Amino acid sequence: MSFVSVENLFHSYGRRPILERINLTAEKGEFLSLVGASGCGKSTFLRLLLAQEQPSRGSIRIDGAPPATEPDRARGVVFQRYSVFPHMTVRENIVAGESLSRPLGRFFGAGARAARARADAVLERIGLGHVAQAYPATLSGGMQQRLAIGQALVAKPLVLLLDEPFGALDPGTRLSMHDFLLELRAETGMTVFMVTHDLEEGFKLGDRVLVFDKPRWDPTDPEAFGATITYDFDARNGGIPFQTIKEDIHVHRPSEA
Amino acid sequence: MRLINRRPGPALRAFLALLPFLAVFAVYAVASDIRLTENPSDRLLPAPSTIVETAARLFTEPDRRSGRILLWHDTAISLQRLALGVGIAALSGLVFGLAIGLLPHVRAALGGFVAVVSMIPPLAILPILFIAFGLGELSKVMLIILGITPFLIRDLSQRVAEIPTEQIVKAQTLGASSAVIALRVALPQVLPRLVQSVRLSLGPAWLFLIAAEAIASDLGLGYRIFLVRRYLAMDVILTYVLWITLLAFALDWALRALSRRAFPWAGAAA
Ligand SMILES: Nc1ncnc2c1ncn2[C@@H]1O[C@H](COP(=O)(O)OP(=O)(O)O)[C@@H](O)[C@H]1O
Ligand SMILES: [Mg+2]
Repeated sequence: MSFVSVENLFHSYGRRPILERINLTAEKGEFLSLVGASGCGKSTFLRLLLAQEQPSRGSIRIDGAPPATEPDRARGVVFQRYSVFPHMTVRENIVAGESLSRPLGRFFGAGARAARARADAVLERIGLGHVAQAYPATLSGGMQQRLAIGQALVAKPLVLLLDEPFGALDPGTRLSMHDFLLELRAETGMTVFMVTHDLEEGFKLGDRVLVFDKPRWDPTDPEAFGATITYDFDARNGGIPFQTIKEDIHVHRPSEA
Repeated sequence: MRLINRRPGPALRAFLALLPFLAVFAVYAVASDIRLTENPSDRLLPAPSTIVETAARLFTEPDRRSGRILLWHDTAISLQRLALGVGIAALSGLVFGLAIGLLPHVRAALGGFVAVVSMIPPLAILPILFIAFGLGELSKVMLIILGITPFLIRDLSQRVAEIPTEQIVKAQTLGASSAVIALRVALPQVLPRLVQSVRLSLGPAWLFLIAAEAIASDLGLGYRIFLVRRYLAMDVILTYVLWITLLAFALDWALRALSRRAFPWAGAAA
């Protein structure tokens, strides 16, 4: 069974269909970019993956677990904004990635010291060591998103869900965030779903690019039908397919002999 | 240059800030002078010098009958009532605000109720309080509590509900329970707002305190003012009014300072 499997997913708000007949499987470690016109339901799909909302029909399974009914630690998330806690310092935000799941939401004594040390190591890794004591509001947009990604990863989620994480950043910062994300991904081998409205970004970062669009269109009532995944591009090797030969049927493998 | 773009310099700003105070003082001094020249025994507008003398006496000389300096006793008991009332109101505002803001079931049950209750004019139920709780301390503190708690609950629950959904969802993905979200995400973020709402409700709190003391008490700032009214002791009344104003201003200032020191992150934003 696939790591993430979406089966026959429908979602509507009231009587208005947003998503219809979505079927999708993703393997562990895959990076999927989700693109599509504004308002076509990409964020909605991400909220369903997140289990922040329940689909009208169909199911989403991650790692074979039964469909989730609310957000949990299996799902990490970074939104375009408001993804870190403004009342915690940068270091506290990273510690929160581990501590919020504890009974009172914090570590005590030696545990707290150890968690701070681990957080400092993470901060060094994500390049925020020098602002450990600062509050997020004093950081630039790029640094805030770095922090948000770091915080999400500290909790070791099974999938990382990103909703236009770099949408509010200037082009230069965006590029350095791409490198940052690619590096982290190479280190952790995590499974990522990223919504973006930037096709180029989608192809650059993703292994696959999923296009959301409405397959049926009623000119008298544009809202009569929902969107589905109309294309599923292989985006590896710069989007040029068949560059890696995966011949596993006719090749003789010495180890199996 | 447009008027909206003209800004006073530091010196002018200080002068402008003082101006209304000076103007009120001047008007009072002149009016008092006019009345006193017409009738030296006039009691309605005592001369500023008389007020200063009275104030000095009130602050330092003990009462002949009880041997206590009444002003300090009045101040202590009034502040105690105010602190109790506002403290209990703030605490319940916080607890109910968090519950209503975070828990849909509690919101469904209490949201409308609080909105309706906050429309009851507190002074209208003062007689009920006196009947129910007697004329002692309890009814005065209760008036303050009932008077400002609905406002605090509404304000804080709204603030909790305004916390971006993204943050609440993020906390859930980090494994936070409802209690942890309340304690570690929502509570710290509404505390600055609590201080601000308490500052806003101090005005009404003083109003309810003085009203309750005026009607049934034997000590307290409000009681004293309404007591000496019978003797037309304007100098005493004005001293008390100025003193209460000073106390209220100091409280407000202290809360603002506290908020700045305790919540440095709140000022960093925007
Ligand atoms: N909670 C909601 N209730 C009703 N309609 C919603 C809700 N959330 C989103 N929508 C509608 O669903 C459509 C898809 O929204 P969204 O998933 O945010 O689009 P995208 O992220 O692709 O731009 C939009 O037309 C939006 O108005
Ligand atoms: Mg969106």
